[in-house]
Amino acid sequence: METETETDQIYHIDVGNLLGFNPNHRFPSAPSSREELVKECLEEARKLVQAIANALFNFPSTETNDGPIVQLPPPTTKLPREKHVPRPKPPTKWEEFALKKGIQKRKKDKVVWDEQTDQFKRRHGYDRVNDDNDVPIIEAKATDEPGEDPFAKRLDEKKQRVGKQQKNRLQNLKAAEKAGALPSHVQLAATSLPISGTKSQPKKIGKDELGDVAGLAATSTASGGKFDKKLPGEKAPKKQGKHHKYLPVVAGRGAVNQEKEQTNNVLSKIISKHSHEILNVGKAINMYNVKKEKKKSGRSDKSGRSDKLKPKKDITKKPTNKAK
Amino acid sequence: MMEIRTPKTGKAKRVLEKRAPKLVETGRKTLILHGTKTSATVSSVLMELYRLKKGGAIKYSRRNENIRPFESGGETSLEFFSQKTDCSIFVYGSHTKKRPDNLVLGRMYDHQVYDLIEVGIENFKSLLSFSYDKKFAPHEGTKPFICFTGEGFENVPELKHLKEVLTDLFRGEVVDNLNLTGLDRAYVCSAISPTKVFLTHCALKLKRSGTIVPRMELVEVGPSMDLVIRRNRLPNESLMKEAMRTSKDKPKKKEKNVDQDAVRGKIGKIYMPDQKLDEMHLHDKSKGRKRERKESKLLNEETDSKKNKKSSE
Repeated sequence: METETETDQIYHIDVGNLLGFNPNHRFPSAPSSREELVKECLEEARKLVQAIANALFNFPSTETNDGPIVQLPPPTTKLPREKHVPRPKPPTKWEEFALKKGIQKRKKDKVVWDEQTDQFKRRHGYDRVNDDNDVPIIEAKATDEPGEDPFAKRLDEKKQRVGKQQKNRLQNLKAAEKAGALPSHVQLAATSLPISGTKSQPKKIGKDELGDVAGLAATSTASGGKFDKKLPGEKAPKKQGKHHKYLPVVAGRGAVNQEKEQTNNVLSKIISKHSHEILNVGKAINMYNVKKEKKKSGRSDKSGRSDKLKPKKDITKKPTNKAK
Repeated sequence: MMEIRTPKTGKAKRVLEKRAPKLVETGRKTLILHGTKTSATVSSVLMELYRLKKGGAIKYSRRNENIRPFESGGETSLEFFSQKTDCSIFVYGSHTKKRPDNLVLGRMYDHQVYDLIEVGIENFKSLLSFSYDKKFAPHEGTKPFICFTGEGFENVPELKHLKEVLTDLFRGEVVDNLNLTGLDRAYVCSAISPTKVFLTHCALKLKRSGTIVPRMELVEVGPSMDLVIRRNRLPNESLMKEAMRTSKDKPKKKEKNVDQDAVRGKIGKIYMPDQKLDEMHLHDKSKGRKRERKESKLLNEETDSKKNKKSSE
């Protein structure tokens, strides 16, 4: 938009931006004093502002509590956009199918008439019409196997349907992302792939575990991680190395000698464990009984064995006195 | 394996929707930051610029050593900040021996650097040094007038570029309706030489004049400085083409209370407000407005005209 002033200069005015441009003014190349220059600039600007205001105040205005409100025209200076133009979303699989078959969208009511209870019930949510979980009896068909649980089967089918729906949703979103038209509130994040090739998800490492691992790594420094700079929020490492508990050297007044007790406990434990190997009680009893019987019936009944079986003493050999 | 992540709270959802690309754009948010070393002038310029643009600007206070806007690798930090804060125009101040009191103004397209212009600051006067009647001090967040004077803005390409960037910087929000009482500031840019621009910020005084349009007067309030053009980088052609692409028309607003029917045609619903029969004003019973009088007057005029016709024929 251009306007002419008395001095026959044409200004470029953009009311939408409250912008005014005077391309015809020539500032003196020989610099006058700074104040003069500033004054000149302000005067020129004042003329421009007046020109814009002339246009602005002549617009039809509506009166409100805060003051007169004017409808601004759209700005005429072309400025680059800050973000790209929103791209159109590619049709989803269902939308393509519906287009092909000519299926129209029908608006469904939130409340539906329920035949069984003769009242209006909501379509989705608590106490809904035709709830799958509410059927008390499922009649057996000829095609049913005897061992199958039809209720579990229904639950299974529902899970399958839900899973299939989620998969389809993911496919649609992926296609939208490819076209650059992902909806603003959705983000697709690639969860990490397991290295081993199994389908199991890698376990997420917790805060405590991270702290332990960090402590472990710190011990590999020259001073064993003692003088490392701690990050804000990092906790002190748990006690590293062997955990010793030393008993007091001198027993206190009235206190039991703890070290003696400790060693006694250890010894009794060992003995009680191996006590069956130290003394064979059964054998000892037998030996004792045999000895007793021998003593009883030992004088009368010498060994029942005959003389023939005993080794014969050689009378020719003289007793040698080895110990001289 | 892909996972769909959606915001769990309404607030988060609204924030994401605000940041999404729109068909018709409102103004840009400004990011103000400074480099490794800043002089007193540069830091006060940045501070005052932040104050002027309070509603739509974010100021970072730390030093940024790895931002070099004109080098190819030095823009990554800027782009990251732009994405984080959703700012698409930035002002980067620094001070080196080679380039004292340096200010780099840059714009982003899709969070990538679109164009840059580097200016040096001379003769800076802070807004604290101006004394004026505080009644006319401009309020925060008002839409400013922007005035460019000088043939340099048309002839010299660097100044043309600077004009565009300054318009984008000072524009504020793009609005449909403007309150005429809220006009109280103006930015004055004058091309005093092919390389120098004098920039100042003024408050507006609206004085009573004879007509509807008040007489405008400018009072210098804000910071004033001389900008010396140093370097600039224009956007590359393809990016410029894409960024300048505008949608032809606004999306059709759904017309409420209007229905199209095959049988009855176009039908509109009118909602009547409650008629308070107790407080209704009946017709004016004052003397001059009695209906009978009016009707008789009309009848007389008709008979007169008929008589005139008859006589003329």
